[in-house]
Amino acid sequence: MAEFKHKHIIALRDLSKEDIELLISTAESMREVNSRDIKKVPTLRGKTIINLFYESSTRTRTSFEIAGKRLSADTVNIAPSNSSATKGETLSDTALNLLAMKPDIIVMRHAVSGSHYFLAEKVNCSIINAGDGAHEHPSQGLLDMLTMKDRFGRLDGLKVAIVGDITHSRVARSDIQGLTKMGSSIYLAGPPTMMPPGVERLGNVTVCSNMKEAIQDADVVMMLRIQQERQGKTLMPNTREYSRYFGLNPENIKLAKPNAMVMHPGPINRGVEMSSHVVDGDQSWILKQVENGVAVRMSMLYHVCGGELE
Amino acid sequence: MSTEQTVILDSAGVKRALTRIAHEILERNKGVSGVVLIGIRSGGVFLADGIAQQIGIIEGDAVPVGSVDITLYRDDISGQLPHQPVGKTDIPFSLEGKKVVLVDDVLFTGRTIRAAMDALMDYGRPRCIQLAVLIDRGHRELPIRADYVGRNVPTSLKENVRVTFDSNNQPIEVVLEK
Amino acid sequence: MSLLIKGGRVIDPSQNLDDALDVLVENGVVIEIGKSLAASSEAKIIDASGKYVVPGLIDMHVHLRDPGLEYKEDIVSGTRAAVSGGFTSVCCMPNTKPTIDNKAVASYIINKAKTEGSCNVFPVGSITYGLNGDRMAEMGELKESGCVAVSDDGKPVTNSELMRRSLQYAAGIGIMVISHAEELELVGEGVMNEGFTSTELGLKGIPAVAEDIATSRDIMLAEYNGNPIHIAHVSTKGSVRIIREAKARGVRVTCETAPHYFTLTDDAVRGYNTNAKMNPPLRGSDDVSAIKEGLRDGTIDCIATDHAPHHIDEKDVEFNVAMNGIIGLETSLPLSLKLVEDGILTLNQMVEKMSCKPSEILALNRGTLKAGAAADITVIDPSLEWIVEADKLASKSKNSPWLGQKMKGAAVATIVAGNLKFVR
Repeated sequence: MAEFKHKHIIALRDLSKEDIELLISTAESMREVNSRDIKKVPTLRGKTIINLFYESSTRTRTSFEIAGKRLSADTVNIAPSNSSATKGETLSDTALNLLAMKPDIIVMRHAVSGSHYFLAEKVNCSIINAGDGAHEHPSQGLLDMLTMKDRFGRLDGLKVAIVGDITHSRVARSDIQGLTKMGSSIYLAGPPTMMPPGVERLGNVTVCSNMKEAIQDADVVMMLRIQQERQGKTLMPNTREYSRYFGLNPENIKLAKPNAMVMHPGPINRGVEMSSHVVDGDQSWILKQVENGVAVRMSMLYHVCGGELE
Repeated sequence: MSTEQTVILDSAGVKRALTRIAHEILERNKGVSGVVLIGIRSGGVFLADGIAQQIGIIEGDAVPVGSVDITLYRDDISGQLPHQPVGKTDIPFSLEGKKVVLVDDVLFTGRTIRAAMDALMDYGRPRCIQLAVLIDRGHRELPIRADYVGRNVPTSLKENVRVTFDSNNQPIEVVLEK
Repeated sequence: MSLLIKGGRVIDPSQNLDDALDVLVENGVVIEIGKSLAASSEAKIIDASGKYVVPGLIDMHVHLRDPGLEYKEDIVSGTRAAVSGGFTSVCCMPNTKPTIDNKAVASYIINKAKTEGSCNVFPVGSITYGLNGDRMAEMGELKESGCVAVSDDGKPVTNSELMRRSLQYAAGIGIMVISHAEELELVGEGVMNEGFTSTELGLKGIPAVAEDIATSRDIMLAEYNGNPIHIAHVSTKGSVRIIREAKARGVRVTCETAPHYFTLTDDAVRGYNTNAKMNPPLRGSDDVSAIKEGLRDGTIDCIATDHAPHHIDEKDVEFNVAMNGIIGLETSLPLSLKLVEDGILTLNQMVEKMSCKPSEILALNRGTLKAGAAADITVIDPSLEWIVEADKLASKSKNSPWLGQKMKGAAVATIVAGNLKFVR
C-alpha cells in the first residue's frame, strides 16, 4: 500500500484517494488498540502534541487528546480565550511561542478559514486541522467515511444525502471533498439561504430542491446541526419551521433505502434537525461515529509523524 | 544491477522444516495444552498457519493461532521516513497464562521480536514466550535467541533473505539475495 | 530652466495629438510642441525616441496615510511611489488620522507635499465629520483649503437623507462628491467576493449586489437632485450596467475602476492570499469582462489605483483579520498598457482615462500638453520589461499581489511642473 507523504493534514481537498484509503485503513487497525484492556501503544512515545483550540469543542479536543495518549504521545491542551486572541497576541506570535516548546504536532481549531495554511508557513512541526471556519474538518470527514465503510463495506457508489446549513458547514465541505474522491454521490438539501453558490462544482454533488429528493433511496442520511444563534436571524424564520421542512423524522426516513444509516457530526439539537426517535433508532450510527473518531485521529497523528518524503 | 539469488529452501524443504518445528514444539511443551501460536505480520502469520496445520495432523488437536502487527511498537518510528501502513493485530483469545509461540520468517537483528514481545505483553501475561523462525541469519543486535529454527543461514550484512509465498499464502521458497 | 523632450510619440487627447514631436518646456510650463524644436544651449535634453510622451498621469484615488498612519506610507514615500509609476498628480483620500475634514489637515497635506513631496497632491476632504456618517463636514472650507472633492471613501454614507443633502450642498459649493458604494448590511462579515471560490475556501462572501444597490442609490439621488456624482472603484458587472444606463439617461455620473478589477479575479484569493484582499473585493470573470467592456465603451471614465498601503503586520495574518487593500501606484501603468496591447483600449483612450478625465472631473486644470499648461509630463517606455520586487518599490508598504511577477512598460521620466522628478 502507498505511503503517506504529507507533513500536514489541513484539508481533504489536498489529499488523494490513496491517502484517504491509507488513513482509513490505518484507523481500522487502530480500532483494535482501542478494544484492548491496555489501550495504549508506544508508537509516538516522546512526541509532543499541542491541542490549540481557539474555539471550544469538548468532543473533538477530547478525541484528539485520547488519540494522542493512546499512541503514548505527550498531549497538552491550550485554549486561548477568544478575547485575548483578538486583542492580544497574534496567531503568528502564539505559534512562535509554542514552537519554542518544540512540539511535533499542533492540532488546531480556529474560527478563520485557512488559518492552518498560515500557521504551516510559520512553524516547522506538523499541523492537523481540527476545524477551520467554514472551510474543512478533515478528521470528521474521515471518521464519517470510516463509519460508512463499516456499514456498507465500501464507499464507491453510495448515495449520501447531507441536509442542513451547507454554507456554514466545514463538515459538509470535508465530506464532499472526501466522498467525491472515494466515488460516492452527494445530494444536498437545505433552505436556499444555506446553500452556497457553486457548491455543485465542489465535487460529485447534486443540489436538491427539497429534502425528500435528497433522501430518496439514500444509503446515508447525514444531518447537520442547526442553531438559531448560529444561523442568525436572516436565514430562516425559526427552528420550528426549519424542522418541518428539513428535520429527519420516523416518517421521511422511510424514503431512504431500508438499510440506510443516519449520521450526525454532533452535537445534536434533538427535535430540530432530528427527532429523538431517529437519533436513538436502529438506523442511527451516531455513537459509532464518535467511537471511530478516536481511531481516525490516531491514524492522522501516526501518519503526519512519519514526516515528508522529498 | 541484477541481484544474484540462491535458493536456500524450496517448498518441500520449507514444509519439512515446519513439520520438524511442529514436532519440537509438541515435545517441549508436552502436547498442545495451553499452547498458542502468534504469527508476526505478514510472513510469520502464514508460517504459524503452516505449523498449526502440522500440529493438527500429528496431534489431532487444534492449536489456536493469532497474529500480531508490530508497526506501532517499532523503535525506529521517529525517523523521517513515511510511516508504514498499520496492519491488524488479531488475537481472538486470552494470552493469560498461555505458552505463546511467536512465529516469524527470518530472525535478523531481533528488533522485530522485541517489538512483538512488547505488543504481546499489552494483551496479557503469558506463562512464557517461545520463538520459532524459519531462518536465522545471525547479526543480532539484542539478546534474543530462537527456540525453534528451520535453518541457520550464515549471511553477510549486504545480503538479504526473503521468504516468498504464493497467492494462497503457501511458502514457495527461501532465497538469499546478494 | 528649460527642458526639451525630443523625438517621442506625443499622445495628447486634449488636442487630438498623436505624432512624433518635440516638447519644449520653460519655467514649469509647456512652451511649444512641434517638429525639430530647438532649445537654448543650457536646456536639458531628453531623448524620447521610441517612447510615449503624454500629459502627466493623474491618480484620483490614493491613500497616502499621512497624517497619522505614517507607518504604512507618508507623503514623501507615497509621492515617490507616484512618480516612479509615472504619476504627476495624486488625489489623496481623507481617511487619515485625523480625518481630512478641516482646513488644518488639508493645509498640512498641501504644504508637506509642496515642500517634501515629489508630485502634486490634491486632498479629498470628507463628506461627513470624522467619516462618522452623522453630519456634513464643512465642505466650503475644505474647498477653500484646496480639497478637490469630498468622499467618505472606505465606507458609504449609509443615511440616504444625509447623502442626498450632501450631494446638493456640494453641488452648491462646486465640489465633486465621490461615492464609496457599498451596502453594509449585505456585506455583513464578508471577506471576499461571493462565488464558487468563497464556497470552496469556506470564506464568507460579499455579494456583488452589495455594490450594485449602493451604486444605484447614489446615482438615483444624484439624478433626483440633478447633481453630479463620481462613483469610486467600480468592480461589478451590475454597477457598470447601472452607470451605463444612467449616462444614457443624461445623469451627470462619472466613475473609475482600478487595475486589479480588470486584471484579477477572486481566484487570486486561493491560498488565502491576503494581498488579494481588498474592498470592493476581486470579483468573478464575468465582472472582469464587464469592467473591460465599460472601459472600452467609455462607461468607465478613469483608471485610478485605490493605492492602499498596509504594513506587513496587517497583512501577514489570518485572512479574516487582514486589512483590505493593495498598493497600486507603481503597477498601474504596465497593467493599463496591457489593455492597449490586448486591444481593449487605444493608447489615446488609456491616456484619457489616466490623465485627461481625472483632471476634467475634479477640475485640476491638468491632463494636457497645450502651450501654457503646467508642464506635468510622463515619458513611457512601452516595451521595458521588469519584475515587481518588494525592495525596489518606492512605497513604504509592499502589499502587492504582483510581487515577483513580470511587468511590461514603465515610466522612464516623470516631469512635474518642468522638474524631472523621476528617471529610470
